[in-house]
Amino acid sequence: MEHIISVLVENKFGVLARVAGLFSARGYNIESLSVAPTLDPETSLITIVTVGDDRIVEQIIKQLNKVVEVLKVIDLTEASHLDRETALIKINTNTKPEHRDEAVRICDIFRAKIVDSSPTTYTLEITGDTDKVEALINLLRPLGIKELVRTGRIAIAREAAKVTTRHNSQQPKA
Amino acid sequence: MKKTGAEIFVESLKQEGVDVLFGIPGGVVLKIFDVLHQQKDVEVILTRHEQGAAHMAEGYAKATGKAGVCLVTSGPGMTNIVTGLADAFMDSVPLVAFTGQVSTNLIGNDAFQEADNVGISRPCTKHNVLVKDVNDLARTIKEAFYIATTGRPGPVLVDIPKDVSTDKAEFKYPDKVSLRGYNPTIEGNKHQIKQAAEEIMKAKKPVIYVGGGALFSDAADELLEMAELTQIPVTMTLMGLGSFPGTHPLSMGMLGMHGSYWSNMAMHHADLLIAVGARFDDRVTGKLSEFSPVARVVHIDIDPTSIKKNVHAHIPIVGDVRSVLKQLNVLLRSLDGNANERKQQLKPWLGQIEEWKRGHPFKYEQDDKVIKPQYVLEKLFEITKNEGIVATDVGQHQMWAAQYFKGKKPRTFITSGGLGTMGFGFPAALGAQRAYPDKLVMCITSEGSFQMNLQELATAAVYKLPVKIVMLNNGFHGMVRQWQDLFYEGRYASSDLGKIPDFIKLGEAYGIPGWRAEKPAEVESVIREGLKYKGPAILDFQIYPFENCYPMIPAGGPHHEMVLEDPPDLRSGAKKKPIEEKEGELPA
Ligand SMILES: Cc1ncc(C[n+]2csc(CCOP(=O)(O)OP(=O)(O)O)c2C)c(N)n1
Repeated sequence: MEHIISVLVENKFGVLARVAGLFSARGYNIESLSVAPTLDPETSLITIVTVGDDRIVEQIIKQLNKVVEVLKVIDLTEASHLDRETALIKINTNTKPEHRDEAVRICDIFRAKIVDSSPTTYTLEITGDTDKVEALINLLRPLGIKELVRTGRIAIAREAAKVTTRHNSQQPKA
Repeated sequence: MKKTGAEIFVESLKQEGVDVLFGIPGGVVLKIFDVLHQQKDVEVILTRHEQGAAHMAEGYAKATGKAGVCLVTSGPGMTNIVTGLADAFMDSVPLVAFTGQVSTNLIGNDAFQEADNVGISRPCTKHNVLVKDVNDLARTIKEAFYIATTGRPGPVLVDIPKDVSTDKAEFKYPDKVSLRGYNPTIEGNKHQIKQAAEEIMKAKKPVIYVGGGALFSDAADELLEMAELTQIPVTMTLMGLGSFPGTHPLSMGMLGMHGSYWSNMAMHHADLLIAVGARFDDRVTGKLSEFSPVARVVHIDIDPTSIKKNVHAHIPIVGDVRSVLKQLNVLLRSLDGNANERKQQLKPWLGQIEEWKRGHPFKYEQDDKVIKPQYVLEKLFEITKNEGIVATDVGQHQMWAAQYFKGKKPRTFITSGGLGTMGFGFPAALGAQRAYPDKLVMCITSEGSFQMNLQELATAAVYKLPVKIVMLNNGFHGMVRQWQDLFYEGRYASSDLGKIPDFIKLGEAYGIPGWRAEKPAEVESVIREGLKYKGPAILDFQIYPFENCYPMIPAGGPHHEMVLEDPPDLRSGAKKKPIEEKEGELPA
């Protein structure tokens, strides 16, 4: 099953490679990854989405906890959480002029924004959960998508205090 | 006054109480070696290969419990220690490896002898760091030793660019380490320990299953107390050997692929396993789906990733083995400390184990024409009276050593378990010998493994490290040949080495004397001569080349389906095989 894992780490070089290595060493793919500093500039938050056997993901989470620069690991999948991603989608409006109107209509429905336009393209920005982003992409497909860039997912627990999953409750470090 | 990075390095080692390091110099670490050369507190043992340096540091660490230290140059120096790092990582050996790196302004430029040391070693170290500023050096070294030796021990690599060793900084060795992300759990959870104690007192067929974790945490006394208090029999993994006296009536010896019949049968029929610092490795469990089918599992380990990795634990206890056993023993004493009552309760179980043991002891057919390897080890064990330290290489001889050297004390049986590194034994023995110059240190090896690091004969000779090299010379990659006999219809693909070279002559080239035994009658005198000699010596036992190591659980098989001896067809097959030895030396 899918897991969204939040990993709070020290903001140092090499840490991301160590974290990613724990997945690749087990033949696991990272579906999406996002990294940025937190409020405290000395720490970064890595959000990883992976799909896999619960037992192996549990093992990876325990291994993550062992990395010296990792401060905290939370498997958000098991807690109530919000998750979002942003996509920038460039569509071709060259072939049929009515595509420009169609794009604006679809944008409205999804509350996406047109952030750039040229005589032959529109670039749309959408933020939402994965379902919403994918629905939009599917609708725009017939119009001709020239380029697509997605940020990967970020996620946050709804009530921080309640995020005690079986992974971090009984998982001290070694 | 400011000090150079090289001076800071040496001062820091002194602060850590390091008395010896193993290594080889090179361009980017010359400054460090130069400073080392001008002081006496930290001895430098110049090895003949960096792999040797890494294994010597491991041997030193395994024998003492202190961190072993090696220092090598960038590029090829570093890549040559990778096997040692991986070995130390698998067997939780506290090792601090210092590697030289090209100057910071050249990093990433494909400079001469540049390698991404941190990148290469990442998956086989507990932690690693590139030091980019001389001001961080002392703190990084302090942290490296702390991380290597605490929690589940392991190798830590510190990469030092050339300019960091020549730049200057104020030296102040920190007295404390503060790492936000690293706090090993020592005390076990009280509630779980209580539950474990209750299970232990209830069990009718319990087994204590001990791994290397009991040795790192120095828990031998606590383990002995628990076993005697509860009268529960104890079996050990290859890495756990020595944690419990092998001659104790409650000891079942080693379990697993080449473990004792009775310990594997006990594991299979147990109703409770108390796993102590062990990790349910596949060489121990055999076929997982049929492993210990009815047992409940109490698993004590400092590393949470070991728990529930392969086998479900009903009562997981994360903590330092020694501290958990201490807490557990207090409870066990108060719940029911009466050994006699316990004995009554466990009588049928201990009786059953005794029966298994009587039925299928370790056995071999003695022969008066050819030397049996087991006979050599039995004699050696008898003559050395269980004193001294044994380091082994990897193969049949390793398994026989594990079976026949029974009375081990903690830290006296040094072997490469997790990685199974041929070539480990001899340098590891030298490291142990350097730690204990006055103890008898023996390297039990065979010609295949020995040839992987024999260049260290020079190190033994130059530093006068009196290791006794006990060579069970069968002219084969014996363990490979055994598998080929059993599973590949006796086709010896690349396992026949020939009894080459002549190790006695080889030893002579290094000024190391040797003795050879070709017949069983010569075994005892060769052992005695070799042991009497004051320096390093080679004891070359020309053993029967087709001896197989039993019992054996074929890879992936269950515990109760052990193979106990050569199948009849194989027996005749082996005998028919052409043997080039002189007529009459081998059975027809
Ligand atoms: C570095 C390395 N390469 C290959 C192997 C695979 N291997 C395991 S046992 C063995 C044969 C060991 O032969 P030897 O050292 O002569 O010991 P024997 O089994 O004859 O006692 C080999 C090749 C290994 N364990 N390590």
